[in-house]
Amino acid sequence: MRHGKYPFVIGFLFVPVTLYVVFVIAPYAQAFQISMTNWRGLSAPQWVGFENYRRLLDDGNFWKAIQHHAVLLLALPLITIAIALFFAFLLNVGGRSVGGQRQGVWGSKFYRVVFFFPQVLAVAIIAVLFQMVYRPNESGLINGVLMKLGLDPVLFLIKPNLALWSILAVLVWQAVGFYVVLFSAGMASIPTEIYEAAEMDGATRVTLFFRVTLPLLWDTLQVAWVYLGIAAFDAFAIVAVLSVDGGGPDGATTVLAMEIYRNAFVYSKYGYASAMGVALFFLTITFAALTLRLSKRESVEY
Amino acid sequence: MNPQSTLPPTPAALPQTGARKGAGRRGKGRRSEVGLFAGLGHIALAVWAVIVIVPILWTFLASFKNTTEIFSSPWTLPGELRWENYARAWTKANVGRYFLNSVIVVGLGTFGTMLFGSMAAYVLARYKFWGNRVIYYLFVSGLAFPVFLALVPLFFVVKNLGLLNTHTGLVLVYIAYSLPFTIFFLAAFFKTLPSSVAEAGMIDGCSHTRLFFQVMLPMAKPGLISLTIFNVIGQWAQYQLPLVLLSNAKDKWVLTQGIADISVNAGYEADWSGLFAALTIAILPMIIVYAIFQRQIQSGLTSGAVK
Repeated sequence: MRHGKYPFVIGFLFVPVTLYVVFVIAPYAQAFQISMTNWRGLSAPQWVGFENYRRLLDDGNFWKAIQHHAVLLLALPLITIAIALFFAFLLNVGGRSVGGQRQGVWGSKFYRVVFFFPQVLAVAIIAVLFQMVYRPNESGLINGVLMKLGLDPVLFLIKPNLALWSILAVLVWQAVGFYVVLFSAGMASIPTEIYEAAEMDGATRVTLFFRVTLPLLWDTLQVAWVYLGIAAFDAFAIVAVLSVDGGGPDGATTVLAMEIYRNAFVYSKYGYASAMGVALFFLTITFAALTLRLSKRESVEY
Repeated sequence: MNPQSTLPPTPAALPQTGARKGAGRRGKGRRSEVGLFAGLGHIALAVWAVIVIVPILWTFLASFKNTTEIFSSPWTLPGELRWENYARAWTKANVGRYFLNSVIVVGLGTFGTMLFGSMAAYVLARYKFWGNRVIYYLFVSGLAFPVFLALVPLFFVVKNLGLLNTHTGLVLVYIAYSLPFTIFFLAAFFKTLPSSVAEAGMIDGCSHTRLFFQVMLPMAKPGLISLTIFNVIGQWAQYQLPLVLLSNAKDKWVLTQGIADISVNAGYEADWSGLFAALTIAILPMIIVYAIFQRQIQSGLTSGAVK
């Protein structure tokens, strides 16, 4: 291009690149380094090689966290996508055809607006909200009703085998609306002629869904799965605020982010916490790569 | 996806069995199938709408109750409108302070993100220079890394700069972590803008900087609006960065952190009605903003997924 290009380019890139290198790149690079030390913040860090990683293997909480990620990784995308697909289908092509055009069911717009709303709220706020909803006595939204009906209260967050599912339910509650909107956008780009042709052949709604909508939506589904999987590897805010004593009862809901936070900022085990961070990083990357690889399939051109 | 292709080839998966079955069920049977499906669908949709609305509505109602009412009649309307719950939450529980802090941090954070993000994205998208691709991929690679990996070193970077427990530190960190997606998205957007306008400007003797601020930025407005919404909502919802970076300065806390703290540390003597009021203060503005910008918010938040 013309004269004076380089001063301009450098001028425009200087601040963003500096900020990014100082606050993002440098910490990421240091994380790998710190994970090989026994640094606790006071004295100079000592190099311990892979000792922290070896200790991870014997850490009960680490394995609990991994198990919880495995549960979330399967259940969160599966449940969310199933519900969202069902609703998106109803809202877009579930109604009767008007002049050959498939319509959504009555009230589609209202439902879409309402369903999406939780996405706008902060997870930490939602966690506080559901702490009220799940409260174990008559002041809880659910148990208030159950106890009025003379039933025993359900200890959503206190029973170890129920707590993780209670948290999962909140994640689904928040996520469904987002994916309804995402899938709706995908469905809207499917040409109506395909539906018409299928319908002319007498396809029922169920066949329409499984044989037309689903295959043509494959790319969007893949994106949704990756997004929800990454969300399943995070879950810090919800676990930190909603669960009993941050990941409890007795580690029944803990996740890696929670363990990293606790080890670093409560116990000051910076080296060990960083090793967990590195483990989390490799798990996330592996998941994303595997999903993209395994779900690869001929996309249908239309 | 390729929406331009004119001839929609019949997908191999098109239902043949469905055709045969359906042939015998034209007319009456078919209509009742439609009715049943739509009916069940309606029930499912209505149930989900109730599940979304009721917890929020219930919180609003409870914010006007007193503790006795919250425990004895959680499902009834409040006996009277107790605005003093809000006054207590706003002042005594510092929710007003937290709210203001969130507005300051997110306002500055999003402004900085959009300014620096669009500057970098513009240069990377439209200028050829040595190192362009390296810098671009450096930014985009940030999308693949979880923040937890950086949490410990980040804490010390901020601490060594003397920015721990300051809004400045948090704002700079917000900007830095929002850059990858902002640049990724806006660079693609700037690439699509026609170069004829830019060339005309250059011939008229417009400087590179003026060209950017007065010609290119206005042209990129739709992209900028989507990304601003995306960043405002993302930064407003941040919980764990302020938790780590502002831990020892309670007067600087943001809303998510403050309300979570009230809830987590609520013991038996807790001010439940105050907590419900605090929650309402956090939720209500989002409902209002969402009601006004509903369409832009939906497209802004989903823009990440539909590249």
